[in-house]
Order: sequence, then C-alpha cells, then structure tokens
Amino acid sequence: MVKASGWRAAVVTFPGSNCDRDMAVALERASGTPALRVWHGDSDLPERLDFIALPGGFSYGDYLRSGAMAANSPIMRAVKREAERGVPVLGVCNGFQVIAEAGLLPGALMRNAGQTFICRDAELTVENTQSLFTRGYDEGASIRIPVAHHDGNYFADAETLDRLEDEGRVAFRYRENYNGSQRAIAGILNERGNVLGMMPHPERAVDPAHGGTDGLILFESAIAALAEA
Amino acid sequence: MKVRILVSLKPGVLDPQGRAVHHALEGMGFEGVDDVRIGRTVELDVADSTSDEALEKMCEQLLANTVIENYRIERLG
Repeated sequence: MVKASGWRAAVVTFPGSNCDRDMAVALERASGTPALRVWHGDSDLPERLDFIALPGGFSYGDYLRSGAMAANSPIMRAVKREAERGVPVLGVCNGFQVIAEAGLLPGALMRNAGQTFICRDAELTVENTQSLFTRGYDEGASIRIPVAHHDGNYFADAETLDRLEDEGRVAFRYRENYNGSQRAIAGILNERGNVLGMMPHPERAVDPAHGGTDGLILFESAIAALAEA
Repeated sequence: MKVRILVSLKPGVLDPQGRAVHHALEGMGFEGVDDVRIGRTVELDVADSTSDEALEKMCEQLLANTVIENYRIERLG
C-alpha cells in the first residue's frame, strides 16, 4: 500500500456495470482510503478528485454499441471536464469502451476477431513506463492481468496508430493477440497522459489470492505520481 | 415521419460477423457470394419538421461510431 492520506478516488457505476465494486476494493487496497461511488445519472462528480475510474461490465446491456449509451450519460460530461483539467481517468474494459465512445481516446473497440468472448489471464508487455499509471513497472516488463471481454478488438486507422506509437501512447500490448487488436494494443493513453483505457482488468490482480498482484502496481503508480506532483 | 438510418462498417474495417456468415453461406452450398458485410438499421418516427442537420447530429453523436461506421439517412415520408 502507498501512503495516501486524503487521496480521493471515485468509481462511476452505470446500469450494467459489474466490476465497480472490484474497482473500489482495488483502489482502497492500493491507497488505504475507501473510494467514493458515483451513479451515472448524477450530473456532477465529488469535488477535488485525484482519480476517476470507469469500471468494466455491460453498461446499458451493450445496446447499440458497447459503451455508446454510457458515453452520453449525464456523468460523462463531468468526467470529460475533469479529464480536460488533467485529473487521472482510468477506463477498464467496458470503461475503455465508454471513454473511446466519448472521444476521450481515439479508436474503437470492435467485436473480437474470433467472435468469441475471451476470459483468461493475459500476458502483457508494458510499453510505456513514463505515464502516471505505468511508472511503477519496469521497462518492457511482462505482466499478467486477466481479460474478460467480447468487444476488445482495438481499431484505429493507420495514421492514428502511427501517432499513438510515435508518441509513446501505447501503454500495454498483448504478447499473444487474442482478440485481433490492431498492433496487439491492449491499452492506450491520451495525448496528455492522464487518461488510460485498457481492456485487461488490473483490479482483478491486486491480491495474491487472485493469482498475482501485477494490477496493484498500476494503482500504486497513480497514487505515488500524485504524491510527487 | 418515418426515417430509416442505415449504419454499416466502413470499407476496410474487418467485419468478423460478416465473415462468419459468409463462411456459413458457402458451407450451405450457396455459390457466387463474394463478400458479406453486416450493418444495422435504425427506424425513427420523428416530427415532420425534423431537419437534416438534426438527423445528422443524431447519427454523429450516437447512432453511428464514425471511427468505424458510415451511415445513410433515408426519409420514408
């Protein structure tokens, strides 16, 4: 645990989110401080947040496209505003789909190329160790984080992909490309580096009983980054 | 007024669903099918005064994801 007195993190719950509690537990495990919980229909976030997490699940039953409905829910206007102010925002799985649909990150998450739901541990390479989310990892480290998704096939046009690569905004890559993602991308950062979207679930790897704690490092990194800021 | 919105994947974007259906059609013995692409139809019942601009906004902001999809608006009257 990183000492984080007064660290204020919030988890947004959409109708159909199902990893929100896991996310709150992981944030508390990393910081020692309970996470605040926010409902999608709220128009405002709690004040002075240090971290906002959009959890996995099936918001709005994945109607229309995964994440599309949630991206237009009232709370997302506040999330966008805070992201633009530089507050760290983490979107995991459905949360990644939501922030991509909301335009906070480029590209889209499509149906897995093999058409099947994939639920397994994924080996990832940490590609960027400079970001506030990933600075606790060793350069080029191989980590193990669970994935569980049907729509994790990352797509962006070649120009966008080149820009992401050139700017060091690919945070994580699959060592084996399970879902057909362009360039095996598992997680990307925004230009400023304060928004991370990733399909793998770091909150499911924060306790030795989970089979590993590689995910905990991500949350601890964000807390440590704030403490130094 | 009825409006039909046709949402389809952009050319070049892999359509795994279409590919699986294509494969199934071939397996069923249908010949001469070169490609299959699957899209979505959204039917709206809107006020007659609804502008083209409003319909386009609906498509751009929600009904289609223009990173991967094209849309076509048809007024059915």
